[in-house]
Amino acid sequence: MAEMDTSSSGGGKKHGGTKSKKQSTRVDMTPMVDLGFLLITFFMLTTTMSKPKTMDLIMPKDTKDEKEQNKVKESTALTILLGKDNRVYYYEGLAQDPNASANPDFFKASSFANKGGIRDEIIKKRDEVAKLRNAKGEPEDVVVIIKADDDATYANFVDILDEMAINRIQRYATVDISDQDKTWIKQTEAANGVK
Amino acid sequence: MPKVKMPRKSTAIDMTAMCDVAFLLLTFFMLATKFKPDEPVTVVTPSSINTTLLPDSDVLLFTVDKDGRVFFSMDGQAKRKKMIEDLNSQFKLGLGEKEIKSFITGASVGTPIKDLKNYLSVSEDERKKQGLDKGIPTDSANNELKTWIEYGMAAQEGNFSKLKYCIKADNATPYPKIKEILDTFKEKKIQKLNLVTNLKAAPQGTAAWQEEQAAAHGKKE
Repeated sequence: MAEMDTSSSGGGKKHGGTKSKKQSTRVDMTPMVDLGFLLITFFMLTTTMSKPKTMDLIMPKDTKDEKEQNKVKESTALTILLGKDNRVYYYEGLAQDPNASANPDFFKASSFANKGGIRDEIIKKRDEVAKLRNAKGEPEDVVVIIKADDDATYANFVDILDEMAINRIQRYATVDISDQDKTWIKQTEAANGVK
Repeated sequence: MPKVKMPRKSTAIDMTAMCDVAFLLLTFFMLATKFKPDEPVTVVTPSSINTTLLPDSDVLLFTVDKDGRVFFSMDGQAKRKKMIEDLNSQFKLGLGEKEIKSFITGASVGTPIKDLKNYLSVSEDERKKQGLDKGIPTDSANNELKTWIEYGMAAQEGNFSKLKYCIKADNATPYPKIKEILDTFKEKKIQKLNLVTNLKAAPQGTAAWQEEQAAAHGKKE
């Protein structure tokens, strides 16, 4: 069908020039295939197959009124701080008590590692809190407070929100970091020799 | 014994089938393709396990690059036309036909509003060369991001409920910049935002992973 017609070349001379040559109907399709594949390559490279995904972020309302603000119990809270160089710090509770840091084990460092990272801590706290009962006798929900330091990156922020989705934490909030938290991060960094 | 003569075969191959396949694929890619919208900056988004797709229309997209420059983009030429005309009359930018057209057909913009005329009058390559891609100012003294949100909303013709606010930021964008943007949205009483991410699989053994597994098994049975 589409093969190169080699037989006709030079073969026609034998019979003399008077007879009109019978033209082959075969067409050389090589350039067409070349062009076809060139275009395929172009479209394959320019096309975007995987559409970007989105993550829903619902921000809390800014309420100045104390009564409207949700109260979080110290016992059900887990505070996570995002530091620089992908470091994560956490402590249990809200640290409203200034003496909370007297305990040397209070403020702990972690990472985004799959094993032994912040995820294990979230799961541990979630399961611990699930054992507690509220006034109505229902299991309590853990509340995760996320505070990002100025040195944290957007990737850290999305990672920690993703952890909430991965571990199905229903209640979490991003809160402005306090000076106290910043001091603790600095102290921990200094203690670990991080500049 | 007579010599067995091997018939000489032509080396030419029948390429019709190959040609058919090639053009079939070509047709598929031509129809399936959606060109990457050109972005003023390259942004590498972080990954998450979320599978919600980014909608095609009714989106206000704010792109933030790793240096914290903010760019605005919106779909729909009619909406863009309304928006630029509103901006033009409100801020007395004195935009000509050409600049307005450049905004309507262009991609994202990121410049202080006072430089908008200059910004729109040159081509995208020129913008890069002249360093006009400064980003939309978001600092508290001169928060033009708010203006862009307002005018973007006004251009929707009352279709607010469907409107999605998307933030597409780079992995390395510093958090304070993101916070500035989030605070701006908060100020505008917009609480539901979409963060653009890439897809990643849920890690094994976690709650999300177990749900996924359960859903997959449920489908089989």
